[in-house]
Amino acid sequence: MSFFDYFRSRKTRSAQLAKERLQVIVARERVHRDGPDYLPRLQEEILNVIRKYVQVDEDAVSIQLERDGNCEVLELNVTLPEQRV
Amino acid sequence: MAKIVVVTSGKGGVGKTTTSAAISTGLARAGHRTAVVDFDVGLRNLDLIMGVERRVVYDFVNVINGDANLKQTLIRDKRVDGLYILPASQTRDKDALTTEGVERVLNELSEDFDYIICDSPAGIERGALMAAYFADEAIVVTNPEVSSVRDSDRILGILSSKTRHAEQGNGPIPGRLLLTRYSPERVARGEMLSVEDVQEILAVDLLGVIPESRAVLNASNAGTPVILDEDSDAGQAYADAAARFLGEEREHRFLDVPRKGLFGRLFGS
Repeated sequence: MSFFDYFRSRKTRSAQLAKERLQVIVARERVHRDGPDYLPRLQEEILNVIRKYVQVDEDAVSIQLERDGNCEVLELNVTLPEQRV
Repeated sequence: MAKIVVVTSGKGGVGKTTTSAAISTGLARAGHRTAVVDFDVGLRNLDLIMGVERRVVYDFVNVINGDANLKQTLIRDKRVDGLYILPASQTRDKDALTTEGVERVLNELSEDFDYIICDSPAGIERGALMAAYFADEAIVVTNPEVSSVRDSDRILGILSSKTRHAEQGNGPIPGRLLLTRYSPERVARGEMLSVEDVQEILAVDLLGVIPESRAVLNASNAGTPVILDEDSDAGQAYADAAARFLGEEREHRFLDVPRKGLFGRLFGS
């Protein structure tokens, strides 16, 4: 890196952005790819059920199927909005 | 029994054919009888990269259809002993590669060779699926760039389920990453994904890193696999990758910015 790049570097860290975007999209695509066909529909239905009670974003529900030997674990993560008291 | 290796990527233009040519040449040079097969039906190019385009008489589809036998069709490389090229057909018939036909040809090659390198076309259609289906091992060629990395992940997914190996319940085939067109300068400036970034995202073992290099275009202009340009950085990086493929331990090179003097550091690009 040259002396002048030192001042430019702050705005050209595009690689970091690329990495973050890739991590998100790759994780999402893997869920759809590796999981059974019903997984996306299951995710949508769970999201709708949650929305009956709490207003959450579309990406608030993440669903993951993990295989461990012949045991499958369905992991469901719901991010609830911050409580206003 | 030959080991069948698919060179694949998903995205086009990242260096599959360059890699197939280089790695197969490297394996043959190490004394292993190697056949390199172009699966890109309709868009034959391996012949050009290997510099044998004027010696193509028959092609892969001719062999599948029984119009020619393998002996008539395989092109013997004149530079390296034990290296043979099976050119792709230029037919527009997308269904020319039948599963049975490909299996028969690979079985026949298998009797005579130690390694069969399958140069996959881009995309995830028939040619690409056929190139991968019978593979025992995969080399996934990736550029440090978002669309290439994403497509490689997609291909890794296909490799884990859509191969004969996987369908027979033997799990995913081992796949290794070959990162090409790598520029340590741009990585240092934070403009390019680093090899660690790509490995972290794809979670596969690293076969090698090929630096962005003039030698690659020069080699393809001349029809010489770049691995034979032993003075070049890319040629040496491919030689390392081929050696690692054969189980040798070699340190990764060309990952860091060459050191510059004070003047260069102050005013360099």
